Amino acid sequence: MNRVRLPAGVLAGALVLGALAGCGGGEIGAGSSGGLDLRVCIASEPATLDPAKNSTLDGSILAQHLFEGLMRWENSGEAVEGARGLYRARLAPGQAQRYEKTVHDDGAVTYTFTLREGLRWSDGAPLTAGDFVYAWRRLADPATAADYCYLIDMVSGYEAVNSGAAEPAALGVSAPDDRTFVAELTYDCPYFLEICAFPATLPVREDVVEADPDGWTHDAATYLSNGPYRLAQWRHNSRIVLERNPSYYAAGGLGPETITFQLMDDAAAILSAYRSGDLDFIKSVPVDEIPALLANGDLSVVDQVGTYYVSYNTQRAPFDDWRVRKAFTLAMDSRYLVERVTQTGQIPANAFVPYGVPDADPEGEDFRTVGGGYWAAPDTPEQYAANVAEAQALLAQAGYPGGEGFPVVVYSYNNDPSHEAIAQALQQQWQSALGVTVTLESGDWSAFLADRKAGNYQIARNAWVADYSDPCCFLDLWRSGGGNNDAQYANPDYDALIDAAKAAADPAERMALLHRAEDLLIGEDWVLGPIYFYTQTYLLAPDLDGVFYTPLGNFFFGEAARI
Amino acid sequence: MAREILKRIGTAALTVFAVATLTFFLTRAVPGNPFLSEKNPPQAVLDALNEKYGLDQPLYVQYVKYLGNLLRGDLGVSVKLQKDYPVARIIGEMFPVSAAIGFFALLWAVLLGVPLGCLAAYRRGRGTDSALQVVCTLGVSLPSFVVASLLLFAFCGGIAGWKLFPTLFQAGDWRSYVLPCFSLGFYPMCYIARQSRASMLDALGQDYIKTARAKGLRTGRILFKHALRNALLPVLTYLGPQVAFTLCGGFVVETVFTIPGLGRYFVQSISSRDYPVILGTTLFLASFLVGMNLLVDLLYQAVDPRIRLGREAA
Repeated sequence: MNRVRLPAGVLAGALVLGALAGCGGGEIGAGSSGGLDLRVCIASEPATLDPAKNSTLDGSILAQHLFEGLMRWENSGEAVEGARGLYRARLAPGQAQRYEKTVHDDGAVTYTFTLREGLRWSDGAPLTAGDFVYAWRRLADPATAADYCYLIDMVSGYEAVNSGAAEPAALGVSAPDDRTFVAELTYDCPYFLEICAFPATLPVREDVVEADPDGWTHDAATYLSNGPYRLAQWRHNSRIVLERNPSYYAAGGLGPETITFQLMDDAAAILSAYRSGDLDFIKSVPVDEIPALLANGDLSVVDQVGTYYVSYNTQRAPFDDWRVRKAFTLAMDSRYLVERVTQTGQIPANAFVPYGVPDADPEGEDFRTVGGGYWAAPDTPEQYAANVAEAQALLAQAGYPGGEGFPVVVYSYNNDPSHEAIAQALQQQWQSALGVTVTLESGDWSAFLADRKAGNYQIARNAWVADYSDPCCFLDLWRSGGGNNDAQYANPDYDALIDAAKAAADPAERMALLHRAEDLLIGEDWVLGPIYFYTQTYLLAPDLDGVFYTPLGNFFFGEAARI
Repeated sequence: MAREILKRIGTAALTVFAVATLTFFLTRAVPGNPFLSEKNPPQAVLDALNEKYGLDQPLYVQYVKYLGNLLRGDLGVSVKLQKDYPVARIIGEMFPVSAAIGFFALLWAVLLGVPLGCLAAYRRGRGTDSALQVVCTLGVSLPSFVVASLLLFAFCGGIAGWKLFPTLFQAGDWRSYVLPCFSLGFYPMCYIARQSRASMLDALGQDYIKTARAKGLRTGRILFKHALRNALLPVLTYLGPQVAFTLCGGFVVETVFTIPGLGRYFVQSISSRDYPVILGTTLFLASFLVGMNLLVDLLYQAVDPRIRLGREAA
């Protein structure tokens, strides 16, 4: 070879181009006849489609379209005010037709679910109560390594099974016959029925899972499900296509023919795709686009049960003093942060447990309304000035009048434009209100998380979004030695209150104990600095209607339709 | 010659081994681990995960095991990003996507860059040359996310009623390839054009060109037969590693155009501490890079007969 053969390269290119053109078309979801092909973007590639192993919200949304539990979230028909095409979801019997609850004298509870008649898997095989027994045992089995296994810790025998002391068969679930599923609970857990709709408790097919425990979710052929939709195609890092499951008992009532979940992570690209009509529903938008999208009514803002806060390292000076913690909490101008920085209708927080979590009476006022706030949120400049004055007095009491002698402290957060914007605002607020010096330090998610869990920080960005509607979900985090106790808070009185609440049989008594726990956590020890209660945003194409959601962050598209 | 090539292959293998070792220990030295999450799984679950993926064993045992598996061609399975999916299959699925885009990106970069560079050199100091200089300086200094984002906005529906290309990548649909290939190839094209211009100018000043002119050869023949061959050497040097990098995927372009390619995946694997995926993709890229450098060394001879592997230059 003594000549550079450029023409050969051109030829090769032409061949490849020809091959590419040849394999176009024939894509699933590229437009089937007549029906609605909905295209949504929730997030990027889920780590797994195994309902037991999933630990993300996007994975949870997918699982709830593909599977159905004993209970399910259904469209209540109640439109959400000010939100486009959106309705509230409510809990209803799913694969179970009905259930009976028996409370025993010792406080233990038995739930007996009767499954619907003629239930089938997506391959047509009958679905039995035994499938649920298998799935629940698998969830509790430590060998499955499910992040969310503890969600069924109210089921008798769970501790023994999950710690490896007993076989999975010792879990208190059984199937006396094909249509009866019985769960024995150690106490009357108020959120148990909600757990019965949670992805971790969805049924899975024993034969396919056992045949290939690690690989059954990777292939649409072995990915059998029992929900309204079934998996048609999963192109990694690109899209997941769901199609109607003809074996589903209510397949006739479904809206979209197919639902395509585009797996994307670039907010600007997602918005471009929505604007150009390639996507019908998106959740994330670039922060700087928010004001314009809100102004023209495209962006809808709805509740989410979650709290954005800072955690103080309670074991390290200067934040081992509650007065310093309270001073920092009061010096945060949360109204400024939600109006000028986050801009999507978040509610300035003055407590830790957010709105939307029921109290003892599920129909009555929620936990937050009953509990009230622990300080006056800075709704006006005057109120903020009053808060700052109190903060300054506290800091002086703690030995740092006017911030004198106060060490330089570091605020840590993970790399992200929105967290950074909040960090900069907080830094400015603390410095000007308290006369202290705060430096900022950001790290990548994994390193940040490792440091925060280990208590290797002074003040850190933090947030918690509820998995189920119960205050325990938020308050349980702060028990001494707990895995998520980033504040390294250790107070035996607090531990005792949480333990007592968990053992309480009477719902009213339980809630009273949880209120006292929050009083201690925020009102007395000021362990955390709550900033705002979450909202979630979305954009839905103007010609669509019938999406429903829960404030826990689940969106359901199975009844979406063109107007 | 054959012995020399064998020696080179041996060195290449050693380089890949060094990369494997370094990457293995570096990934473990970074704080964090794949199973960290905001959720709070019980210790029994974390223990089970660590045991399942062999992360409970001492580091040197893991290392020896990893090398052993590597020799058998086993790259392991993803522990986080796509739980339990074999890394080799991930690469097998994503590399062709990146490679197709990278191939066309480099193809147009070379096919346009080299002639433009020659043209600029030939018309040195005139309008064409100045115009090309401006374009190339722009191309070399504009970050690719700016180019990609601008193109996405301009041609994918950002301007109402003007949508030439789809925003969502569809493998096999040629319209999905146009903008990514353009964005990915823009920088190399400009770089190659500048490079060719410089080396062409250099070549045109050489004595043998004067000789050729004195013989009365036509300008085209002088340019393409005599000067270009020498001018191509630096381009080839640049192209070797560039082919490896481009074919393995550009992170920015893949993110902006949502392309399921290897480049995007590589970066994701690092931030989620998916050790086997980090190792697998790094090794793949390293082997490719080493292979391309080897190939370039061989190609030098084709372009310039004076270069002989393993022999003193005459």
